[in-house]
Amino acid sequence: MTQATIEITLNGETRQVAAGRTVAGLLADLGLHPRLVVVEHNREILDRARYESTEVRAGDTLELVHFVGGG
Amino acid sequence: MTTTTIDEAVKDTPLVIAGREFRSRLVVGTGKYRSNEEMVRAIEASGAEMVTVAVRRVDLDRTKEEGILYHLDPEKIFILPNTAGCYTAEEAVRYARLARAAGLNDWIKLEVIGDQRTLLPDVAATLEAARILVGEGFKVLAYTNDDVVTALRLEDAGCAAVMPLASPIGSGLGLVNPYYIREIKSRLSVPVIVDAGVGTASDACLTMEQGVDAILMNTAIAEAKDPVRMARAMKLAVQAGRLAYLAGRMPRREVAVPSSPTTGMLD
Repeated sequence: MTQATIEITLNGETRQVAAGRTVAGLLADLGLHPRLVVVEHNREILDRARYESTEVRAGDTLELVHFVGGG
Repeated sequence: MTTTTIDEAVKDTPLVIAGREFRSRLVVGTGKYRSNEEMVRAIEASGAEMVTVAVRRVDLDRTKEEGILYHLDPEKIFILPNTAGCYTAEEAVRYARLARAAGLNDWIKLEVIGDQRTLLPDVAATLEAARILVGEGFKVLAYTNDDVVTALRLEDAGCAAVMPLASPIGSGLGLVNPYYIREIKSRLSVPVIVDAGVGTASDACLTMEQGVDAILMNTAIAEAKDPVRMARAMKLAVQAGRLAYLAGRMPRREVAVPSSPTTGMLD
């Protein structure tokens, strides 16, 4: 049996992710440290305290950003 | 009789931005280094206490590409996020909010670009974004043109510092308009930090000699053949230029004046 997946837009790319994933779960799947990433969920900044309770839904747009070198 | 040591006699006041004190008057960027190790060493050599960083998407396919905070300790160096790459006020505000959500501080180096070739700022959009961000409680350090009218407007908008350019970003052309920079410095109460255009140590020295409070640079160090040496050169140049400004230069004269006595010469 194949696991149900949903389609989301992640950093501008269409991606399939497991249905029922939370933002915290998604970051863990991607190997990203939650303290070093900022999440924008459907154009709203998502407070870190809500990563565990926020479920990713089909059609969601997520942006994961961090600090890089710059002037 | 009071005596002071030479070190006390030449001591400078700290640079104060939004109530925070810095001893170093050199702020450095973290972009364009050949390696993170070289960047870390160059920052140390520069003596900078504040560095700029950019906000970008996490590269999902190259998870080995770590964020810059794997290499910089925010406990040891103050992180100033920027809105580099933004071309509208709305975009810059979005990037600033994302930067603040990272949880380090509420400072932002506001940069709204208006032209791709020169990377000169869109001053109307910069002002619009500055007003919004100040209203949201950000400490805004605004990158701007060497134009005193815009600089005054940014100060009125509540910016914590105003950062006119010496010349275009990444150009290394040095200080093209010392008069405009002096004018801005003489008219503003908030710190004036010259941001962009410095190419080498003499440019940094000459810029500080105009009386500005600090310099922000990136490419001049990162693109030097030896960034660590250039970072140290910049540290010394900023200190030298600052001291020369505080010391007050001699007047320029069109004729020579002897340095040795004209009396007591032999027959």
